[in-house]
Order: sequence, then C-alpha cells, then structure tokens
Amino acid sequence: MPSTNEPVDFEVIVVGAGIAGCVAAHELARLGHEVLLVERAAEPGAKSLSGGVLYTRVMDHVWPDFASHAPVERHITRNSLMFLNEGSRVTIDYADDRLAEPVNAVSVLRAPLDAWLAERCTEAGVTVMSGVLVEELLFDGERVAGIRAGEDVLHTRVVIAADGINSFLCRSAGIRAAEPAANLALGIKSVVGLSRAVLEERFHLIGDEGVAYAVVGQPTHGLPGGGFLYTNRCSVSVGVVVRLDELAASTRSSVELHDRFLAHPAIHQLLAGGEPLEYGCHLIAEGGRTMQHDLTRPGLVVVGDAAGLTLNTGLTLRGMDLAAGSAIVAANVVHAHLVTCADDVLAGYPDALDRSFVGRDMRTFAKAPHFLDNDRIYGPYGRLLADVLHDAYDLDTSPRRHLVRSGLAAVRRSPMSLRQLARDAALAAKDL
Amino acid sequence: MITVGTVPERLARNRYAPDGQSHIQVDQDRARATGAAALLVRVCPAHVYSEAPDGTLAVQHAACLECGACLAVAPPGVLRWHYPRGGYGIAYRLG
Repeated sequence: MPSTNEPVDFEVIVVGAGIAGCVAAHELARLGHEVLLVERAAEPGAKSLSGGVLYTRVMDHVWPDFASHAPVERHITRNSLMFLNEGSRVTIDYADDRLAEPVNAVSVLRAPLDAWLAERCTEAGVTVMSGVLVEELLFDGERVAGIRAGEDVLHTRVVIAADGINSFLCRSAGIRAAEPAANLALGIKSVVGLSRAVLEERFHLIGDEGVAYAVVGQPTHGLPGGGFLYTNRCSVSVGVVVRLDELAASTRSSVELHDRFLAHPAIHQLLAGGEPLEYGCHLIAEGGRTMQHDLTRPGLVVVGDAAGLTLNTGLTLRGMDLAAGSAIVAANVVHAHLVTCADDVLAGYPDALDRSFVGRDMRTFAKAPHFLDNDRIYGPYGRLLADVLHDAYDLDTSPRRHLVRSGLAAVRRSPMSLRQLARDAALAAKDL
Repeated sequence: MITVGTVPERLARNRYAPDGQSHIQVDQDRARATGAAALLVRVCPAHVYSEAPDGTLAVQHAACLECGACLAVAPPGVLRWHYPRGGYGIAYRLG
C-alpha cells in the first residue's frame, strides 16, 4: 500500500473544529496519533452556531463530567412543547428532577464551547491551525492523500471531513452532491441578554436549571418547522427553524418568520427588557437516514453535520450529540486503520456507525421526516387542541357536553376529518 | 417593533472581519432568466440580496452569515458561492 511508506505531514488531518472535528481530533491524539485540526474561523467557535441543546451523555465518554468542566449554559430540566396559535396556546410542560442528576441536556453557546473543545485538543497534543480555509481534497489515484489551502499542500494518511452541513470538501470532490432543499431546514436565531435575576424569576429557574421550549404553528405560518427558545445563563436563544424547500415555495421570508415569532405576545413577554446580543443562522440536515451515504473513501471519513447527522423527532432536535458520537466511531476506525494499514478498515466506518447509538437512533426514527412532512401538525392540530379546551373552560351557561363529544364537535368544525386524525395518530405511533 | 430591531441593526451588533473580496458571484443573465432575485431576497436571513431598480441582483457580501441557504435554493448557475477566505467573514462571539 503506497500511503504507508511515503512521508506525510500529519497522520490525520481533521477539517473543521466544531464538535465532530474536535472530538475526533482529541480521541485520535489520545490514541497516540499526530493530528492536525484545521479551522477556517480566526478562532475555533467563531463560525459555529446551533440552537442549541446538547445532550451531554456522549460527551462524558470523552471528558468525564463534561457539564461541570465545559462552558455550558444551563442544565435543561424542563421541556415545554407549545402549540401556539394567533390568539391561543396549549402547552405540554414537562419538568423532572431526574433530568438534573445525572445531567442529561444543557443549553450551549457554540463560540465559547467550541473554543474550549479546541483548547482540550491542543492540550491532548493536536496541532490546531485556525484562520485557514481548506479548499480541496488532494488525491493520489483513488485515495484521498491530503488537503490544499491556498498555496499550502499538506499530505496525510486520513482526512476527516468535519466541515459542516455544506461540506464543500466532499461536494467539490464529487463524493457527496449538494443536498436537495427538501433535506434541509434553515434556522434563524437571536440571542437576547437578560440579567440572571430577571431570567431566573421569569422562567422559574433555580441555580443551573434551564428550560427548552419547542413551539409549533404560529412561528412558521403553518410551514413545516417550529420555533424554539432556550435559556442560557444570562440570555435566551430564540428563533425559528423552517424547511428550506417549503420556505422557498411559499411567499414568506425567513426574517418575517423569525420576527413574527419574537413579536407574538407569548414570546415577546419572555424577552421584555432584554438586550439583543447576536443574530445568526444555520442550515440543518432534515433528511434523516437518507443523508448517510458516501461516508467514506480510501483515506477519507465524513462525520457530524457533513454526514447529515441530525435527528428531529418532533420532541427533541439532536445534532451535536450525534456529531460527537460519529466522531468517536470515526476515531476508533481511523486508529484501527492506521495500526493495521488495511483499507477495508476505513471502509467499515458506515457499518460501525450503524452499530453505534448514532446509527441505531437514526434507524429508530428513520420515518420521522415522513411523519413531520404533514401540514396538519403546523397549525390545524394546535387550533383543534385550543378549541377542545375552549369548550371545556368557556362556561357560557349553555349546557356542557362530555369532553369526547365536544372533541368530536371540534374535529367537525376543523378542516380535518376523523379519518385523517386516526391516520396521523397511527403514523405517530409507527414513525415516532 | 420587536425587541431585536431591524436586520441592519442586528447585523451591526454582530462581529465581522470584513473581506474586501466578495465570496458571492452572480450570473445576472441567469438570475434574470430564472427570476431568482425575489427568491433570494426572501430566503436570506441577513438581507445580503436586494433587487436593484434595473432588475439586477445586488449583493452585499459583507453582511453574509455564511449559512449557505441561498446556494441551496438558487436555480443552478445563478450563484457562485463559497466560504470567505480563512479568518474573514462572520465571527460569532456567542453562536
């Protein structure tokens, strides 16, 4: 095998210092390899953006007791699913002490988090090179043999593409084509500062506790997607996510959706008196399992967002934990490859990923994108819930009916049929 | 008025390392033929794109948040879009 004898600049080059790139680089350095981590931002973290709730258990495998050491914001112990209509809302509010110990999920701001991760990489012996845009993969025949950044050419045995949802590295090499807009969603987010005291009083939080809202209906004007609001230590992250193809086909603008969500009285009052701090956006993989193709080539593995690893189950929106999970799998596979010098080891990455919690969860929720591709979720159901509850609470001296009967009447008044309702319930049971 | 102000006000609070060289190129003939201007104006959260009075698609590349949504929805051939050179462009402090 030619690559084992020729001199290389680094055994492994990781492109992109996000969560996937940092975890992969860190694990490979810990296994004794010479690793270069290249990042296009001037400092790691400065190009990173997520909602963002990070499910931390996977991070504990790399950095024990991660949430106590890393710059995380709040421990999410309360999850609120809100069906928001113009003049009404129905919220399912779930708070649980068991989510606090052990820590399950945290809100994060990626600029400080990713900077911390890159520092851990440096500490582990990784060479971190920032402010460098990798323009293309270099090939030796069929084998990926290095990278080019401007005039600089660096040779390596393995490239790990952790260059995010757009992964121009894989695209320009013809390995992974541009994703169709139907497989993508656009997230638009504002970070609004609030004093710690105001925030904790307003959201009923004690100490490190935090809350995550997922909001359906009003935020996207009925388009597939939703709103979110996460509490940070002294700020909230608030915004909308909307399927890109549906946004493009609509008459709405992305800014309009973000703005009307923040202006809704239910959200506006949560932000009152806040100081706007930052505004950003990011693409999100929404295609589920269909996006996990072409994840390896001789000398290359693809991890994190670049591998389309995001999972929207309707209740949880996961990406960062899957990025870390894929990076751990990739690091182990690359390590085995470097030790044995056998190409079929790298080729085994997709199977290894499939056997990990990442692949298992992607499989379990393989039909979630199909379920979520249903316009009734993004408006009619929220209004139906409010109508049923309105009948129950609006005592106008007319004779009351049992909840089931008023529910049936509400369905008859809604644009949906009982058959559709039954079909959606069956789909939910099957797909989610 | 919502809490966070207008888009230009929001972008003014962001931190950028402006690149003198634009990372976005438009094929104006393709843009006109496909009617892409209105679509890009609607989709971009940073208002990078605007339709000039003469119908051409104007680009304010320095406002870009580098999400890639424009490229994903633009009809083929309208945009040439890549990331800004290393170290340039948006520099999130929070992210």
